Amino acid sequence: MTILVIDAKRLLCPMPVIKLQDAAKKMPAETEILIHCSDPGVKHDIPAWCRVHHHALLSIEEDKEGIHIRLRLKAD
Amino acid sequence: MLAAKVIQEQGVLVEGINFYTGFCVEGHTQAIRKQDEQKKKRNNALWVAEQLGIPLHIVDVIEEYKDIVINPKYGYGANLNPCLDCKIFMVKKALDYLIASDHEFDFIITGEVIGQRPMSQRKDTMPLVANRSGAEDLLVRPLCAKNLPTTLPEREGWIDRGRLYGFHGRDRNPQFKLAAQFGFTDYATPAGGCCFLTDKNYSQKLQDLWTHRGEKRYEIDDIMLLKVGRHLRPRPHFKMIIGREEGENNYLDGYRNQFIHLESTSHNGPSILLEGTVSSEDITFAARIAARFGGGKNDTSVVIAIREPHQELRSETVRPLPEAELDASWYLNS
Repeated sequence: MTILVIDAKRLLCPMPVIKLQDAAKKMPAETEILIHCSDPGVKHDIPAWCRVHHHALLSIEEDKEGIHIRLRLKAD
Repeated sequence: MLAAKVIQEQGVLVEGINFYTGFCVEGHTQAIRKQDEQKKKRNNALWVAEQLGIPLHIVDVIEEYKDIVINPKYGYGANLNPCLDCKIFMVKKALDYLIASDHEFDFIITGEVIGQRPMSQRKDTMPLVANRSGAEDLLVRPLCAKNLPTTLPEREGWIDRGRLYGFHGRDRNPQFKLAAQFGFTDYATPAGGCCFLTDKNYSQKLQDLWTHRGEKRYEIDDIMLLKVGRHLRPRPHFKMIIGREEGENNYLDGYRNQFIHLESTSHNGPSILLEGTVSSEDITFAARIAARFGGGKNDTSVVIAIREPHQELRSETVRPLPEAELDASWYLNS
């Protein structure tokens, strides 16, 4: 399965969410997305965006490189 | 939130649209400042959408919005807030979205209340918003609709005017009561403090930027940096941005390849950016000011690391500027 990787480092919220939202619109249902971020606000905003739009949040990992969030777009 | 709920209660499918201008208060300063780490962080638009169970479309309007801030047809409010132009712009963008949706949406609602805001929500300016945005009678204000002429959705029976409201004025109590009726116990700040352009300090810094550039122009990094640190202009041709705590220092460090960056290596001290066209004497002077803001301010010498874009990192040993020489007029914000 192809995973769409989005680099949203150095972007402050809500820009990572906008970048994710706009990329998601172009992708087929059930696409898996990995987004790399640096603004800690994404730990709240991206899960909220997933809940609002019924996408599946798979994981949130944090290391010295930043915050890495994996999700799957909802089925049609 | 209330306006959307009022319409939802009539069985109408509602979706949210939120415009990101770059001047939104929420999020950024909390994200930057370490001392704000424990504060509740949330994107209010997403939070409201979640409470209402509606989809939300967040639209980046940073570039288009520049013209609203730089050339507001209806002028500014108390600070550099172009509220009326802003409201017209956002309703027009919502209308564009509606048209592009190809009949997925039928009308626009906003939470405006007559008399609530001094510029964009007056009896004489609210019709102007509907007219100049092009939305005309597709724009419904459910919270004060009974004080306004009927709109197309009311005339067509899509919504029941009898179940809309007639709120007016600055008193928020009717909204609080309605929120309680809907069971809302939490909501975003109701008094409009969500835009940096309404902030006096911020507006002074933006005006300073324009004055010293000789033109009204900005990029997204400019308006982000105006939210961070102490801003000092010791000389007309350069400005210093001085981090106030660890989070701000880290944020300013991210710009060290774009600006001249100063930082003490002999003592604890802030991360500092220099903006402007400077001579080597200016940099030395700025280094002395930088030393004033660090742990070595009372010492006879402080080593300041100086990083200029595309040049080798170098150091200068300077005598901190005495406090008495730090002119209060240099400060662009408190």
